[in-house]
Amino acid sequence: MKRILVLSCVLLAACSQSAPVARNTGVYLLLDTSGTYRAELNKAQDVILYTLSKLEPADSFAVARIDTGSFTEKNIIAKATFDERPSAANAQKRVFAEKVKDFIARSNASQYTDITGGLLQAVEFLNEKHTGRKTILLFSDLDQDLQKGYVRDFAVPFKGFQVVALNVVKLRKDNYDPKEYLARLDHWKAEVEKSGGEWRVVNDLDRLDGVL
Amino acid sequence: MPTNFLLAITPWPAMSAVIWVVLLIAVLYLARHTAHQAIRTASGALSRGLRIAAHSVQQAQARLAERNREVLLAAGREAKERIVEREFMRVGETVRKDLANYPHLHRALSESITQIEKDHQGAVDVPPDPPGWVKAVETVSKLDAKNGGNEVLSDIHKSVVKAHKEAMDAYRDASSERHELLRAMMPRWRDVQEILQAVDKKVEGLLARLGIIDRHMQEYEAIVKGEDKAVAVLSSSSLVQFFVSAMVLFVAIGGAAINFTLIARPMAEMVGGTSFIGLFKTADIAALVIIMVEISMGLFLMESLRITRLFPVISALPDKMRTRMIYITFTILFLLASVEAGLAYMREVLLQDELSTSAILRGGEPEASNQFLWITTAAQMGMGFILPFALTFVAIPLETFIHSLRTVLGLVAIAILRATSLLMRVFSSGFRHLGTLTERLYDLPLFVPLWLESRWAQRSPSSSPPVAAVAREEDLREVAS
Repeated sequence: MKRILVLSCVLLAACSQSAPVARNTGVYLLLDTSGTYRAELNKAQDVILYTLSKLEPADSFAVARIDTGSFTEKNIIAKATFDERPSAANAQKRVFAEKVKDFIARSNASQYTDITGGLLQAVEFLNEKHTGRKTILLFSDLDQDLQKGYVRDFAVPFKGFQVVALNVVKLRKDNYDPKEYLARLDHWKAEVEKSGGEWRVVNDLDRLDGVL
Repeated sequence: MPTNFLLAITPWPAMSAVIWVVLLIAVLYLARHTAHQAIRTASGALSRGLRIAAHSVQQAQARLAERNREVLLAAGREAKERIVEREFMRVGETVRKDLANYPHLHRALSESITQIEKDHQGAVDVPPDPPGWVKAVETVSKLDAKNGGNEVLSDIHKSVVKAHKEAMDAYRDASSERHELLRAMMPRWRDVQEILQAVDKKVEGLLARLGIIDRHMQEYEAIVKGEDKAVAVLSSSSLVQFFVSAMVLFVAIGGAAINFTLIARPMAEMVGGTSFIGLFKTADIAALVIIMVEISMGLFLMESLRITRLFPVISALPDKMRTRMIYITFTILFLLASVEAGLAYMREVLLQDELSTSAILRGGEPEASNQFLWITTAAQMGMGFILPFALTFVAIPLETFIHSLRTVLGLVAIAILRATSLLMRVFSSGFRHLGTLTERLYDLPLFVPLWLESRWAQRSPSSSPPVAAVAREEDLREVAS
């Protein structure tokens, strides 16, 4: 009897000491709205809807645009942390989808492309949500074009993050010199992995199964 | 290098090898008796150890078999007592019901018989009065015709004819009345026949039941005496019960799984879909708990109804308390079944909501509501309500499974112990023979000195027996043992 009591106490203590493990997922999708890439936004809408269908209650999702200065909350188009009740989460997803549709319909092209600022904003957002898995979906051609005066020469802390570049289209200049395209990919891969993140590229949008 | 060293003791390696072989054989021959003793001791120790262990295992098996037999007999005795008790209760019920009806039956029978007797007496044929006027006719016939005898006779004749006619009429009326009475007796006879047939049927039913009780009592006596035949029958019966109850429990587990599927999803609406206890979702655990509580309530209900006897405490409760417990457990079960029906309805609503959301997220329009949707909704609600009550009956196979499991486990343990004992005996014998074989292998390179020894022994029979012969005799004794 005494042994059972001792064993129970040990088990209870073990249970109480173990910290709760976050099992939810946080996804931050960055949409490049620069002039060269704006035509791809309809594809982005499909990706957003697919992501919404994959996310579960208590997951967090945000969609933000990349424009001249992306390190700001104003760039967030829609964000939500889904309710624990499945029915409420479904309602939130429907509202989210409507917001995204509205944005795609009325979005304007931006002159510059601040990808680093958008990534830093994504990292801050997801860190604040304390999600178990953190994924940044980067819907862009990865061609950063900063306006004069914007400083982005620092390493973004990507440790614990998965950064997935989606639909990295080839630009006109890439056709003349494909090394530029490969150089862009290598640059961002190095940036992410240098800071402890995980880098992936998915150009075939029909094969998003393993991303989330 | 060591080989080269060994072969270098003489300039000729072959000679060196021969010397070494001769030396080795000599050493082996000198150490032969001691080596044999060592081999024999080692193999004997292993063999005896295994034999003792086998004996111990055999004893344990015998004890277990005896214990299993006792358990089997006790279970059989208890089951038979329960059957006989129920048969007596049924006989008592039949007798009570029929005996309570007996005064009424007796009165009906007596009334019918009295009425029949009365009718029978009324139907007796009354003989006509003897003719008193015959003597008067004879006297008148002797009178002289002149004295008017003919006229008198003529008058008498007329009177007689008239009286005859009246008498015949009266007789016919009386006969008709008697026939009427006899006709009226027919339904009473039928009543009596029916009553007696009913009594006969009941008595025959009672006798048949008494025959069953008699058979059960004979089996009970065989169990009480502990006859081998009774044990064999009980063992076989127990195995059959084990497999049948296991099959039914398997079906019940399937029912519980369906029940779980019905309520796990909507349970996420109540307790949240993301919280975990350990590795499992809280919603799943909550659904499982509800099902377990339902099964527990079913068990208590069955116990309170005295259909099963898993908890002696409940069976021993006073009838009043037991009846209260029946109502309480049934009420809880009913409420849980209602909750399940509600959750099943909620599941359908959530499913539709999810389908609608998925359609929107796929870029389409929400699907129009299906006009036959109410059928699946009603079916799910019905299942949610009925399954808890159906799971209540799990108590019956569960009880049988638990009782027969004890016997089956005993039989399996006996089989394992028997196999272990057999293996130990085989190994024991194997080690003994291995010892003998090792001795023979030891002797194999010593065949030359042994041959010489035997020749020497043949030449001097008076001398003491050689060491090898003594050892061989010991070997033979060992093998024989």
